[in-house]
Order: sequence, then structure tokens, then C-alpha cells
Amino acid sequence: MRIGPEEPCVPGFVSAYPSLAVQLPGAAVPWLRRSRDEAFERFAALGLPTTRDEDWKYTSVAAIARRVFRVDGAIEVSDEVRAVVLRHAIEGTQRMVFVDGHFVPGLSQPATLQATLPEGARVGSLAQAVEARADDVEPLFAAAGDAADGFSALNAALWSDGAWIDLAAGVALEAPVHLLFVTTRSDSASFPRNLIRAGEGASATVIEHHVGPDGASYLSDTVTRIVLGRGARIAHTKLQQEGRKAFHVADVAAEQGQDSAFVSHALAFGGQLSRAAIATRLGAEGCDAKLAGLYVGSGRQHIDHHTCIDHAAPRGTSRELYKGVLDEAARAVFNGRVIVRPDAQRSDALQSNRNLLLSEDAEVDTKPQLEIWADDVKCAHGATVGQLDADQLHYLRARGIAEGDARALLIRAFAADALAGIEHGPLRARLESLLPGALPEAA
Amino acid sequence: MLEIRNLHVTVDDKPILRGLDLEVRAGEVHAIMGPNGSGKSTLAHVLAGREGYVVTQGEIRYMGRDLLALAPEERAREGIFLAFQYPVEIPGVANIYLLKAALNAMRRHRGESELDAVDFLALVKGKLKLMDMDEALLYRAVNEGFSGGEKKRNEILQMAVLEPRLAILDETDSGLDIDALKVVANGVNAMRSPERAMILVTHYQRLLDYIRPDRVHVLALGRIALSGGPDLAQDLERRGYGWVEGWVQAEAQKRHAASAGGAG
Repeated sequence: MRIGPEEPCVPGFVSAYPSLAVQLPGAAVPWLRRSRDEAFERFAALGLPTTRDEDWKYTSVAAIARRVFRVDGAIEVSDEVRAVVLRHAIEGTQRMVFVDGHFVPGLSQPATLQATLPEGARVGSLAQAVEARADDVEPLFAAAGDAADGFSALNAALWSDGAWIDLAAGVALEAPVHLLFVTTRSDSASFPRNLIRAGEGASATVIEHHVGPDGASYLSDTVTRIVLGRGARIAHTKLQQEGRKAFHVADVAAEQGQDSAFVSHALAFGGQLSRAAIATRLGAEGCDAKLAGLYVGSGRQHIDHHTCIDHAAPRGTSRELYKGVLDEAARAVFNGRVIVRPDAQRSDALQSNRNLLLSEDAEVDTKPQLEIWADDVKCAHGATVGQLDADQLHYLRARGIAEGDARALLIRAFAADALAGIEHGPLRARLESLLPGALPEAA
Repeated sequence: MLEIRNLHVTVDDKPILRGLDLEVRAGEVHAIMGPNGSGKSTLAHVLAGREGYVVTQGEIRYMGRDLLALAPEERAREGIFLAFQYPVEIPGVANIYLLKAALNAMRRHRGESELDAVDFLALVKGKLKLMDMDEALLYRAVNEGFSGGEKKRNEILQMAVLEPRLAILDETDSGLDIDALKVVANGVNAMRSPERAMILVTHYQRLLDYIRPDRVHVLALGRIALSGGPDLAQDLERRGYGWVEGWVQAEAQKRHAASAGGAG
């Protein structure tokens, strides 16, 4: 199916929605159909954000609004796609592959994922889940909340598939779940949606990984919702390696139960324009949130991270560290919001954003935003923007290390602590290999 | 090994070295002394290739080659080692990683095979013992949070691992207590050899009580004002640098008067 060929983004989707809606997963499930319709109305009312919206002040999506995007119902698994999957596979994980927004069991591993899981664990396709067990999935949608902007609303209306991970109390997934989203087609739009719920004391590591070809211009509009029960622990790593002409807009939000731990890593390497909103709400006593991020940009890439840590209950702890490495004419935005609500006494929040600019044309807008309404709290934040240290560079060269290697070594050293919290060794190794510059061979 | 002729160096357009001559042969240990601001550290930085130090006149030949044409890393690989007065902290880079990267860069340059992890560790452990250093320092970030004494010892440790042909020690004695000074001197003395030359840049004679130089040079106003044997250091300690500076200024005035007279 193709959306009105001459119509750009918003009117294009408006005219295509009625015909799209009947083919989307769960079209016959009344509550889901209602949910999609409401979300679409919201999208039609909001449109896409503009730089007049405070949250989008430094990130213009006019280039997205002008474009015509196709939504594909059918997918094709070519040898090329298989090669892409192999290249991006991460050792020691259970892999679910989505091609152009649709789950492909044949590329996933193990193919019979469910059989290897502990009792009380559900890991599978959200589209299949709404068809087969809509009632089990509905509570997760209820927790998903209202869409904050046009992109999230459009995803809620048009999502085609994604992961559904539901863990009963006490269930621990040993291996990380690797969700690999592969885009293959230019001028396409895909709308992955992931729903993750960890019951009391349950734990899992989820890697959400987006890749696409450098030559293709496409839109990935993604949403991930995570609900943590009492004492649950979810480690979520978002790895954005979209093609260099891609648009990527992501919205990740967690809702934390008492004494739960949420560990988020947001890593952005690809895309022409990318935006990730990462939010967590420490909704009950004693929650712990760790948010780390690393963005690496060059060329004319634009990379935007908006984070929100909402201390809504007492004795919550949050640690946030975002780092950026920007070369050539790359531009980054970091907006880190920390809210400590009146009831959230004895909250402890630390936020830091550090940026390394490798070129005079690189630019970053960094904005910490602290809103503190309680009095018995510990909160600190800081932001820095700097260049490679000339003394460090000279010191390394004076020890015989070539200039290029010395630069790469210092960049790696700068980025190291943003990756330090990644527990899965093969994933950490992969991320280190993505850092700029050839690695000195000494290690 | 090292020949410096008529070296003029400016930093931020300010002349610091003004016609320095120095020759150092293999096997020799030279001490360069002088008051603050005389250009001692400038000489050390120029030899190591630090940016911002502009040679406006003169030449430096090292092993028969034009040293100034080499990048800092090339000089290091050719066997020049500067022990920094202020060793740089590099968070995120492990000390042992730097040692191994530096040693292997040098070995590759010489066409030798790289050391594997086992041989490398055995080598480094031997040198650690010599410098009376804790093995734990290997796994910490380079100089990060090291005490002043630990930083200086770490410089000499690097030197011991890299085995340079020409070692330049820039104020390695400053900020060291007497025990640390003995350890550092011990490490340096252990490395004296007929194939290796050393230049000790120092303000005080104290270091020279423990490392006996073959030659002592006194820098004043950007040139070598006085050279002599090891006893010169003691003379200086007794008379102070004012003595040398006064003498150099008087000499300069005499020269100036002579040239003015010749022109008239």
C-alpha cells in the first residue's frame, strides 16, 4: 500500500489512515481499534512538532514534515537482509528480528524463543500477541499513557509490531533479549512499538537496536514502554545505528514500582536527524534509576536527547551521565530534566553532560533543567563542552604513540565511563568498536 | 649523539633561548642548571617536540639527523625520552595500556616483534621493583590521583621500560622528599650505560648528590653561560645564580660596547 504520492507527511497519513487501519494488527480487537483511532485523532490535531514547541526548540523536523513516506505491509527477506542481521548480531543474546517494522521469526534466534524461556516469561511479537491474547496485552496499553507529541501519537496509531516482554513475579531472563529493527527501504516509515513489563522481583536486559542502509532515507518512529514492579530490574540499551540519511525519532518511558531499578543506556551513532526521549518516573519509594548516554556525530548529523527523571516518591536515587563526541559540522542537543516532587523527600539526583568537540564547526546545545519541589534532597548537575586536551595529546605522542592513535585513545577514554555500566561483555565490545578512530593495537 | 648549535627559540613571540650550544655524547650524563626563567624547561620541551616552541635559528642534530624535522612520536621511537616536570593525568587510559602501547610502538619502529602480554608483564614487574612501586599503580589511569612522588616515579618507570638512547629529565627532583629522590636517582643510575646519554635539567644541586654528572652547564639569559665538571654544581650552590647572571650581563655589556666602538 502506498500513501498519496504527492502528499507530504501529515496530510499523507491523514488520507491514508482509514485504509491502513483495517490492515494493522488487532484491527478486529475493539479496544485496540479504539486506541488507534484516538491516537490518530491526537496526531491529526497535534501534527508534527515545530521549533516553536519548547521541547523541539533546537531540533527542526521540517525535513520530515515535507517528505512523503510509504508504509509497507509486506516485507521481503533478501540475502542482503540476512547479511545485515549477521553483521549486527550480538553474541550471547536471544534475538528477535523485525524487518521494516514486522517480526521475522526465521531470522530470530533461537527460532523457538518461547521454548527456552523460564516459566512465567513471555517474549514475542506484539502483533501476534494482540491477535492471539489481546486481553493479556491490554493492561500494558493502559499503562502506556497519552502520547506527548505527534510522533508518539502516530506510533500509537500505526504501530505494526515490536516486542512484547512480560515477566511474572520472580522471573529472571538470563540472556539479554536483542531486538534488532532493520529498515531496508528508502522513503519508508516504520512504527515499532515495544511493551515490557517486569513483575515483582523480575529482571531482564533488553537491547533495542535500530539499523538501516546508509543510502536510504526513511523514518523510524519508535516507542518503548517499560513497567517495573516492586523490586524489579530492567536494563534497557537503545543502540541507534540508522543509515546516515535516516530520520529516527524514539520515545522510551519507564514507570518504576517500589525499590525497582531501571538502567538505561541510549547510544546514538547513525541517522541524519535523530531524537530520543528517555523518561522514567520513580513512582514509589526507594527506586533507583541510572541513565547513561553516548552520542557520536560527524558530517552534518543532528542528534537530540531529551531525558526526564521524575522523582515522584521518597528516597529515590538517580544517576545520569550523557557524553557526546562531535566532529565536523555535527550538532547535538541534550536536555536533561530532573523533577523532584513535593512528596519525594530524601531524593538523591546527580546529572552530568559532557561534550567533546573535535572540530570548530561542531556544536552542542546542553540544557539541564532541574525542578525541585521538595526540601530534603541532594541534587547536583553539571555540563561541560571542551576539546581534546593538548597536553594529554602531546604526552602520548612523546611516548611514541602516533597522533591519530593518541586522538582515538583519548576519545575512547572520554567515552569509557558512559559505557561502563553495560554488563553484557559482547555488547560493550561492540560499542567500543563503534567509537571514532582506529584503535591502537597495543591492547 | 646530540649536537645543538646556535639554538634560538621563542614562545609566544618571546625569545627564550638565544644562541644555545650543547654537545652530548653517548655514555655521558649532562646536568643543565640555571635559575627560573633561564630556559631550562624550554630546552627540554624543544627536544621532545612540544608545539608552541618556535625555533627561529640554529639546528639540533640527533644521531646525525635533523631532529627538528621529526614529529614528537618519531623522536620518541628514535629513542628520545622526556621525563616531564608535570606528568599529565589521563583519566580513562590505564597506566599499563600506555606502557604497552608505547613499548610496542617503539618495537614496531625498530622492526621487532611486539611483546605478548606475559613477556610484557614480566618486564614491567621487574622495573616496578626497581622503582619501588606498587603493582596496583599499573591498573590505575595514567597519573590520575597519583601523588607528586608517584608521578615522578612513574616517569622513570616509563623510561626504564622504554630504554631510551637519550633521556631528558626535566626537574625530576622537584617536589620529591629525600626517600623518593633516592629511589628516583637509583632508577636513573641503574640505567646509565655507554650507549645511553642523559640530560638532567634541575634547579638545585641536590639531585646531583645522587646522580653524578660528567658535565655541568649553567643556563642564563637563554644561553649556556658556564660549563664545567661535577664540582661546578657545588660552586653554584655556594655562590647562587646571581653570580652567573651578573657575570653574563657584564660580558654582554662588554661585547655591546666593543661592537659599538668598532662601528664608531
